[in-house]
Amino acid sequence: MIGLSHYLILGAILFTISVVGIFLNRKNIIILLMSIELMLLAVNINFIAFSHYLNDIAGQIFVFFILTVAAAESAIGLAIIVLIFRNTRSINVDDLNRLNG
Amino acid sequence: MNSIYSYLAVPLLPLIASFCVGILGRKLPEFFASSMTILSVFIAFLLSCMTLNETLNGLVLNQTIYKWLLSGHYQFEVGFLIDNLTAMMMVVVTFVSLMVHIYTMGYMKGDPGYRRFFSYISLFTFSMLMLVMSNNFMQLFFGWEAVGLVSYLLIGFWFERSTAIYANLKAFLVNRVGDFGFILGIALILYWTGSLDYATVFKSTGIIAAHTMQLFGQPVAVVTVICILLFIGAMGKSAQVPLHVWLPDSMEGPTPISALIHAATMVTAGIFMVSRTSPLFELSDTALSFVMIIGAITALFMGLLGIIQNDIKRVIAYSTLSQLGYMTVALGASAYSVAMFHLMTHAFFKALLFLGAGSVIIGMHHDQDIQHMGNLKKYMPITWITFLIGSLALIGTPLFSGFYSKDSLIEAVKLSHIAGSHFAYFSVLVGVFVTAFYSFRLYFLVFHGKEKWRLQKLAHHEDHHHGLSPKDNPHESPLSVTIPLALLAIPSLIIGYLTIEPILFGSFFSKSIFLDIEAHPTMEHLSHHFHEIYHGPFGMALHSIMSLPFLFASSGVALAYYCYQVNLNLPKAVFNRTQMIYRILENKYGFDTFNEKFFAFGSRFLGEKFWQIGDIKIIDGWLVNGTAKSIGKLAEKIRVIQSGYIYHYAFAMVIGVFLFLTFFIKI
Repeated sequence: MIGLSHYLILGAILFTISVVGIFLNRKNIIILLMSIELMLLAVNINFIAFSHYLNDIAGQIFVFFILTVAAAESAIGLAIIVLIFRNTRSINVDDLNRLNG
Repeated sequence: MNSIYSYLAVPLLPLIASFCVGILGRKLPEFFASSMTILSVFIAFLLSCMTLNETLNGLVLNQTIYKWLLSGHYQFEVGFLIDNLTAMMMVVVTFVSLMVHIYTMGYMKGDPGYRRFFSYISLFTFSMLMLVMSNNFMQLFFGWEAVGLVSYLLIGFWFERSTAIYANLKAFLVNRVGDFGFILGIALILYWTGSLDYATVFKSTGIIAAHTMQLFGQPVAVVTVICILLFIGAMGKSAQVPLHVWLPDSMEGPTPISALIHAATMVTAGIFMVSRTSPLFELSDTALSFVMIIGAITALFMGLLGIIQNDIKRVIAYSTLSQLGYMTVALGASAYSVAMFHLMTHAFFKALLFLGAGSVIIGMHHDQDIQHMGNLKKYMPITWITFLIGSLALIGTPLFSGFYSKDSLIEAVKLSHIAGSHFAYFSVLVGVFVTAFYSFRLYFLVFHGKEKWRLQKLAHHEDHHHGLSPKDNPHESPLSVTIPLALLAIPSLIIGYLTIEPILFGSFFSKSIFLDIEAHPTMEHLSHHFHEIYHGPFGMALHSIMSLPFLFASSGVALAYYCYQVNLNLPKAVFNRTQMIYRILENKYGFDTFNEKFFAFGSRFLGEKFWQIGDIKIIDGWLVNGTAKSIGKLAEKIRVIQSGYIYHYAFAMVIGVFLFLTFFIKI
């Protein structure tokens, strides 16, 4: 039987994968964006798992909000990436440190 | 005219005229500007005469007309106190002011600041009237400051001249020193009596007299402190040593101003103020001695300076200083009415002398050096005769107005028993000789002797663009100049004879001036002498021919005659023998040098140090720029954290979330 803990473990694994993805990725900024999306999905899995477990619909509604916001955010993120590429001809994360102090 | 409005009109008419002329300025025709101010002063003069007449019939009016400010228990009001003292000052001020207004029409003709000048002198008339008519110390102080302001404006009237600007700044600063003492005195009065109203203050003199206060660790009578502080104010305005330094320099202003402000009226404000506050001064012998000694020093030593001056106006300016010293000595001898009497006669003959000097200056085409003049008697007869009358009145020739005031003054000092009166008596006696000498030195050099402007080289004049060239003849001044001279000569001649009895020995000042007859019986003795020995003013004149002052005065005149008419080489020989003394006099006893070295240099040094250390180092260096710099340095250190790499920021965020979780979530 698949219980709550399985879902939570899945969420944790996805979250860890995305964090590690952020840290280890030095090449492609799109992968960074994907890692962030993955992080949000990990959170969503937790929400739905708890919502089902506690019989509270609010968690599932929250997930809709997060999905919407995530969509908007990735749209903006992609737009920024397009602009960065236009200006620097690169999407290499290691090259993008123009805001250093 | 019993309504308060007629009194109110006296100061307000000149004020309105001043504003109209001042604001409209160039839009107003010159004739309109002068006639408007003259008319207003003339009406003020007539109203003042009517007021004097009423006060002679016993009117004393003390009325508050406006409550200006209420602060706690203290009330600050505007009001009038009309009594004999006020009425006399009103008449003197408006009369001299009227003469000066008329005179100005001729003197300032063609000056680009013609209207401005009229606006200023009317404003001065207003301020001076507010000063003398006030019934409280606050309004007195207002008038005091207002006349100071107008004096400042008028000394610097020709503001293109740098000397005028220095002179007016100097006058303003020196007066500030006096005013500081004055306002401290007023503050003490307010503190001890809770009121600034004359009547209330003088009623509660008992409170002031009963207390002592700690000053520099020693108990001092409150009344002494108050009186000396008030007198410091008088020292500034009435140019007593050591605050006299501004008055000779104030001669940079146009001559009518020297006559009106720096001889006849404003500089006597201090004398008036002390007379007005006589109930306080009577309580403190220490203060009276102080007053007397300061006055004596001024009377003698400033007179001596008059001997070596060559600028016609400066001679008269030092004479004014000396005469103010005489009045101050009289105040110290508790002979307030004598001081006021001398103030009045002095106002007439000194204004006459100044205006006469102005007439000479016009005749000489603005050359003021008496060494360039001579024999002007031939060319300017009216100026000559009026100037002679003024000089005779000044040195105290019997029957002239100056005689009555000065002789009574000297006698009052002789009868006084206060500490310092011997020194004061010596000073005023020698002062008589000095006065006679410098007055007639001036007179002989200007009106008699050789026509010295003819001896000069032409080149000298082309540098200066003023002065007569050797071929020119000086001309008598226009009517607007000579009429005031004639009108001022009349009171200079007769007013002393007519008024000595009521003013000094009658009841004229009995309601205005308080005398502690037991402690200071000077006036009592003086009155006794006058009635029992002299039998009236004419007898006084007769009697004086045998007296010391007359001897001193006539020997002064004789010496001047000998030096500047008979043996012309003598002054030069004396000058060569007494280089030392001459240099001391030339340096005016070093007051100016001392002020420059000590106060001016000292305060500039102090200011420099404050600027260098306080401002630049502490405020700018440490506080303002220091803050910015330390923030900059800190930022320099921590900016390396901002690497610009997203994963660094993300790492920091995750670490942060982790830390928060461990801190705040307790399982």
